[in-house]
Amino acid sequence: MYLARVIGRVVATTRSTGLDGVAMQWIQPLDETGEAMGDPLVAAAAISSGPGDLVHFVDGREGALACPETFVPVDAAITGYVEEAAIGAVDLAALEEA
Amino acid sequence: MFLAEVVGTVVSTVQIRILDGEKLLALRPVTPDGRPTGKTRIGIDRVQAGVGDRVLVIDEGSSARQILGDPKGAVKTVIVGLVDYVEVRGKLAYDHTERTS
Repeated sequence: MYLARVIGRVVATTRSTGLDGVAMQWIQPLDETGEAMGDPLVAAAAISSGPGDLVHFVDGREGALACPETFVPVDAAITGYVEEAAIGAVDLAALEEA
Repeated sequence: MFLAEVVGTVVSTVQIRILDGEKLLALRPVTPDGRPTGKTRIGIDRVQAGVGDRVLVIDEGSSARQILGDPKGAVKTVIVGLVDYVEVRGKLAYDHTERTS
């Protein structure tokens, strides 16, 4: 799992079967300082989250396992909303969106 | 599996059910002598690790599901060991007892 900031929403009405009702979000993975780590990506939201939220997500096959229907073409899913991420003396959850 | 240093704690209450009650830690992959390598990630702590500890991490789904006992769990990164020492080519690259004394 990695830390990420939700930076947008992706709307796709026509989609693969099994993905109905699954929200897709545009997320930016973060390193331990809260800086962007790698490229942003689209993740299925297994929890209720929205732009600006600090979340953790899982990539690979486990992304599909986090969805309501597990045999679906998903390779990244948001698995939790992060209330607090205390790294060093900094709480990443308290930082403003970069 | 790889070595990592625990660099922080992560608190999450709204999350997928399998993570409820699990402790999450921020992990920075490191070489045996402590240089950062690879992407910082979040892992489930199953060994009572804490910030500053050097740990052994597995980042693979089937193993993680086996440890958590759920064949359909969306989990991948689990701390599976607390490292006492690492020896590389006959030399001690990391020694936990030395670091804490």
